[in-house]
Amino acid sequence: MPESRTPPVRGSARFPKYTRVTLPNSTPGEGESAAAQYPGARAPDRRRTLDSVGIQLAVSEWGDPNAPVIFCSHGGFDFTGTFDVFAPLLAAAGWRVVVWDQRGHGDSDHAPLYSWDADVRDLLNVLDSTTREPAVLLGHSKGGSISTYAIQAAPHRVRAFVNIDGMPSHRPPPDVADHERTKLLATELSGWLDHRRAAGDKVRRADTLAGLADRRGRMNPRLSKEWLRYLVTRGARKDADGWRWKIDPVLRPGGFGPWRAQWSMARLASLPVPLLGLLATENEPMGWDTTPADVKPYLPRHAELVQMQGVGHFIHIEQPERTAKLVLDFLRNAA
Amino acid sequence: MSTTRLRHARIELALHELRSGAGRALLLLHGLGERSPRALPTHAAAWPGPVFALDFTGHGESGLSVGGGYTAEVLMGDADAALRQLGQATLLGRGLGAYIALLLTGARPASVRGTVLADGLGLAGGGAEAATPSLVYPNPSAVAPPDPFALVELSRDVRPPDYATAFVRQANELSGLERPIAVCCAEKPDWLEAVLREPGVQTASVEDALAYYAKRS
Repeated sequence: MPESRTPPVRGSARFPKYTRVTLPNSTPGEGESAAAQYPGARAPDRRRTLDSVGIQLAVSEWGDPNAPVIFCSHGGFDFTGTFDVFAPLLAAAGWRVVVWDQRGHGDSDHAPLYSWDADVRDLLNVLDSTTREPAVLLGHSKGGSISTYAIQAAPHRVRAFVNIDGMPSHRPPPDVADHERTKLLATELSGWLDHRRAAGDKVRRADTLAGLADRRGRMNPRLSKEWLRYLVTRGARKDADGWRWKIDPVLRPGGFGPWRAQWSMARLASLPVPLLGLLATENEPMGWDTTPADVKPYLPRHAELVQMQGVGHFIHIEQPERTAKLVLDFLRNAA
Repeated sequence: MSTTRLRHARIELALHELRSGAGRALLLLHGLGERSPRALPTHAAAWPGPVFALDFTGHGESGLSVGGGYTAEVLMGDADAALRQLGQATLLGRGLGAYIALLLTGARPASVRGTVLADGLGLAGGGAEAATPSLVYPNPSAVAPPDPFALVELSRDVRPPDYATAFVRQANELSGLERPIAVCCAEKPDWLEAVLREPGVQTASVEDALAYYAKRS
């Protein structure tokens, strides 16, 4: 439990916004099969489209529209449907759960450009479109990192924060000789630029539903086939030649730039709201392999850190019930 | 002046030919909020080959993004689209364009045959370290181009000195040029001071630097 807690900060009523809500009752995304079912999974209770400075974001909600709000940010290359088991559990406990497909992901627009600032701006626009009261933020992986940034940029909008394996490790890369590092960087740079040269014409590879489920399964080795197949029906669309992920083919895992893990990690210490951090034990390609020892020096005094045993990077997807219980226990005290 | 339209991912870019000719091209990269010059600048007049100038995304006659998302790395991709069109080129960058030129020099060391970094708008960027997080909401109805998101986001991008020098080392190791980078700046933000301390970096006037690269293949 947190040793101490900072009371919720009430922000000013004024917050710049250039957004408008459109299509409040849009239909499910193309390729979403009405027959897709998985035990405990429930499609959102409400859907809408939010104009975030020209980019249309697909926003989904579960739970009582008058209940206190939890905003959930998915990780890079994920989508709203990954919350289809987890979000109803929070909603059943009395929360209004709001999830959106980040730009380029799921049913949201593919954007001309992508950046950290743009994602954070989209996050705050989703908040603006939903409530002016301080709310709970929950973010997984990249979603945890952009939420951390958003709280620092707009602390008055947040009253508690759950970060699910979105605390990038600051551990230095394995030691390699300078000339080897130069070769690695050269390969990475030319690969990224070559991808950009061709990106405008790229389309994602079509596959069978089972094929996409297998590919996702390599990232999520502990998920059942049924759960993986369900996720495909939410994150992919069915075209004439097969199923393909909806995510923008311009986006590429990794990327590069002057971003440094320690800029995020060191600033955890400054967060003024109750914080629950969840970490995994099983190292996976999409994870940061962050350990409690990496995080603890940077945790604020009021934070709680839990390492969930036997779970990989996609904690809430792998163990939705267990994760929801931890989150609800935390919120009972913190929010 | 003739203009060629190029594509970088979803953005259409304008590449202007300021002077035609044979031989290796000189590619001009403008500063933050600027656009390509409409005529050949006097300091580039002695260049023996053709001279081109690129409008970055959100600037001049190139396309604008929707909802921002500008980064120096994306603009490096813009310049790479021009490089693809030109084959090999020597780069002359002003301000923001100088920083982008440095990145491309390290990323495409076989195609960039010498780079000249000159003073201009947006040379410093957002400094060497990530500042206190803040979010700016540009006015989307402001006069554009330049895109108000580009003006904000590209003046905030962090430029750590060791990130900049990694690109210098790429150029030193892989370009085959003895001095692949020339610095002609009075303003010297932290990243540029670090670049100046690296081997393979010379200081010169723009004219002298261009004359030096004109003689090298």
